[in-house]
Amino acid sequence: MTDELNPRGPHEPCDCEGEGSRRLFLGTAVAAVAGALTGCGKISREEFLQHNFRELSKDEVNSVIARLEQEYREKYGKEVHVGNEPPLPGVIFGYALDLSRCVGCRRCVYACVKENNQSRDPQIQWIRVLQMDKEDGVDLQHANQYYNPEEVPEEGHFYMPVQCQQCSNPPCVKVCPVGATWREKDGIVVVDYNWCIGCRYCMAACPYGARHFNWGEPHVPSADVNPETHYLGNRPRPKGVVEKCTFCIQRTRKGRYPACVEICPTGSRKFGNLLDPKSEIRYILENKRVFKFKEDLNTKPNFFYFYGV
Amino acid sequence: MATLRTFGRFLLDTLRILVRGNRTYFIWVGFLLALIALGAWAYIGQLHQGLIATHMRDQVSWGFYIGNFTFLVGVAAASIMLVIPAYIYDWEPIKEITILGEMLAISALIMCLGFVMVDIGRPDRFWHIMPFVGRLNWPHSLLAWDVLVLNTYLLLNCFVVTYLLYCAYTEKHYVKNLVLPLVLLSIPVAVSIHTVTAYLYNGLAARPFWNSAILAPKFLASAFCSGPAILLILLQILRKTTKLRITDAAIFKVAELMAYTMGFNLFLTAAEAFKEFYSNTEHVVYSQYLYFGLKGHNTLVPFAWASVLCGLAAFLLFLVPRTRTNWITLNIGCVLIYSSVYIEKGMGLIIPGLTPDTLGEIYVYRPSVTEVLVAAGIFAIGFLVFTLLLKAAVPMMLGEFTHRKNGGASDHPEAPIPITTH
Repeated sequence: MTDELNPRGPHEPCDCEGEGSRRLFLGTAVAAVAGALTGCGKISREEFLQHNFRELSKDEVNSVIARLEQEYREKYGKEVHVGNEPPLPGVIFGYALDLSRCVGCRRCVYACVKENNQSRDPQIQWIRVLQMDKEDGVDLQHANQYYNPEEVPEEGHFYMPVQCQQCSNPPCVKVCPVGATWREKDGIVVVDYNWCIGCRYCMAACPYGARHFNWGEPHVPSADVNPETHYLGNRPRPKGVVEKCTFCIQRTRKGRYPACVEICPTGSRKFGNLLDPKSEIRYILENKRVFKFKEDLNTKPNFFYFYGV
Repeated sequence: MATLRTFGRFLLDTLRILVRGNRTYFIWVGFLLALIALGAWAYIGQLHQGLIATHMRDQVSWGFYIGNFTFLVGVAAASIMLVIPAYIYDWEPIKEITILGEMLAISALIMCLGFVMVDIGRPDRFWHIMPFVGRLNWPHSLLAWDVLVLNTYLLLNCFVVTYLLYCAYTEKHYVKNLVLPLVLLSIPVAVSIHTVTAYLYNGLAARPFWNSAILAPKFLASAFCSGPAILLILLQILRKTTKLRITDAAIFKVAELMAYTMGFNLFLTAAEAFKEFYSNTEHVVYSQYLYFGLKGHNTLVPFAWASVLCGLAAFLLFLVPRTRTNWITLNIGCVLIYSSVYIEKGMGLIIPGLTPDTLGEIYVYRPSVTEVLVAAGIFAIGFLVFTLLLKAAVPMMLGEFTHRKNGGASDHPEAPIPITTH
C-alpha cells in the first residue's frame, strides 16, 4: 500500500534545492500572511513550508523535531522530548477488551487524557465508555456515555469502552484529501498534525467516533504536560486539527503497554503483538470468542471485544 | 500582441462599466459590501477562537457551512439545464440565456469554495490540497476528486463567459468550433461536480443516511429544479430592467422541465422514505430524527415537512400549464422550489446524516451567530460577483458596449446583436 511509506527509510534528496531562494522568499511572505489570516499569530516560515511527514528526509525530520521541542519549551517552560521511533519489525499491534470484566470506572479515559496530552479545556477524550442495558446487548441507540452514578457497575448494565479500532482497512485514511493520516507498518493509524488541514472528512468517515477535533485552542496546564512524546502521537497539538488514539505509540514502540492497559483495575484490557504466536493477544484470539465492532463495515479492526468469563 | 492589447482594453472597459451605474446599483452593491464586511468580521472572530465559534462539535462535525456548500454545488451544476436544450436540441429561445446560466454557475462555485474555506480548521494550510504543490490524495479521496472537478468547472465557465463577452465586445463572431465543444464538455463536468459531491457523502459506510445509492440521482434531480428556480426569477428581473430579449416561451419551457425534475425528486424522496420506514432496521433512526424527531429532539421536523410540502406544491404549480404560465403562481413556485431544495440539500442532508452520531449520541445542532454571519458574507460575495458579471455582460450581449463605442453605453437604441446566434 502506498500509504505505508516508511518516513525513515532511504529517501531521495528533496528536489527543491535549485529553486531554494525563490521558495524561501515566497515562503516567508506567504507564512506571514497565513499567520495573520489564521489568527494563530506567528507561524514560522519553516512551519508553513513543512511537507508531509512521510516525505521528509532524516535531516528534515530532525530539524522539525528540534523546532517543535523549542516551541514546546517556550510554551510550557519545560523540556518536552519529541520522539520519532519507527515501527518495530515483525510487530502488528492488537488489542482485546473483555466486556465481561469492564466495570465502567473510566480510569482508562483519564489515564489516556494524561498520558496523551489531550486538551483539558475544551475537553477531549479519546476513549468513550458506553453504558449499555444488559437486556439490549450492544445496541448503540440505547447507549449512554454520560452515566454518573455514585458507584459502578450499575445493576442491569454493562460497559463498552470505544476508542480507535486501528482498522486494517481504515475508512478515515482513505478519505483524507491530503494524506495527512495513514496506517503505519505496525498497524497504528496516525495523524501528521502539521499536515492536517482540518476538513474533518475523516471524522465523518470513522464509524467509531474515534477522531476528535481541536475546535478551540487546546489547553494543557504546564505541570500536567507529559514530556515523553512522539511526533505521530501525544505531542501537544495545535488548534484546528484532528487527533486520535495511537495505542500510545510513544510507549508501545518502546515495548511498554498503553496507558489504558496499565491503569485498568479489572484487567479487562489486553495488548500485544499479533504476529507473536506466544503473545497473550494471540491466546485470547485462539481461546475466547471475540467479535469486531461494526464488523459489517469491513473496516477490519485490530481491536477485538470478547467475553472472558 | 494586438489581441493582447485589445484584451487589456476589454478588461479596462469592463472595469469602467462596473464603476458606473444608477443609484439602485450603488445601493445594492453597497449593501452587499456591508454584508461582506459583517461576514469578514465574524470570520476573523472564528479564526481567532477556532471553529469552537461555530456550534459544530465532534458529534456533528459538519453543519451549516457544508450544507450551504452542497446546495450551491447543485445551483452551479444546474446551468446545464439550460445548455442541454439550447445546444443539443438547438432550441433557439433558450440559447440567449445560457450565458446567464454560466455566470450563475461561476458565482455559485465561488460561494462553494468560500464555504469550504471557512469550514476547514487550518486555512493557512490550504496549499496542502493543491495538486503538485501539496499532496492531493487522489484517486482515493472523494474530496480530492471534488477539488479537481469543481475547479475544472469553474475554469471552463470562466473561459467560455469571458470569451463570449470578448467576442461581443470586439464585434466578432465567436469561433463555433471552439465554443461548442467546450459547452458540450461542460455538460458532463456539471453532472460530475454534483455526482462527485454526492459520492463524497455516499461513500461513507459509517453514515447509513448517506450510504444510499439513491443519493447521487437525487442530488441531480433536486439541483435541476433549484438552479433554474433562481434563474427564472432573475430572467424576469433582467428583461424588465434591461433590453435583454427573453421570450415567454423560454421561461415556460424551463418551468416545464423543472416540473419533471421536481416530480422525479419527490419520487426519489418517497422511494428512500419507503425503504427506511418499511424495512425499519436500526438505520431508520436518521430518517426518524429528520421527519418525526428522536427521543424528544424535534429541531429538524418542521423544516423537513416544510421541504416536502413546498416541493409538492411547486410540483403541482409547474405541472399544470395554467399555473405554469401565470406569472404569480410561477414565481410562487420558484420560491417554493428554492426553499424546498435549500432545506433538503442543506441542513436536511448534513444534520440527520450525523445525528445520532456513530455511537448513538444525539447532539442537537443549530448554527451559531458566527456561522450565520459568515454564511451571509459568503452569499453576499456570490451575489456581488453575479451582479458585477451581469452589469458588464448585459450591455455587451446587447451589442451596446463594444470596442468601437465603448463608453457610449446604454443610450443608443441600436439593434441588438445577439451573441449566441450562429
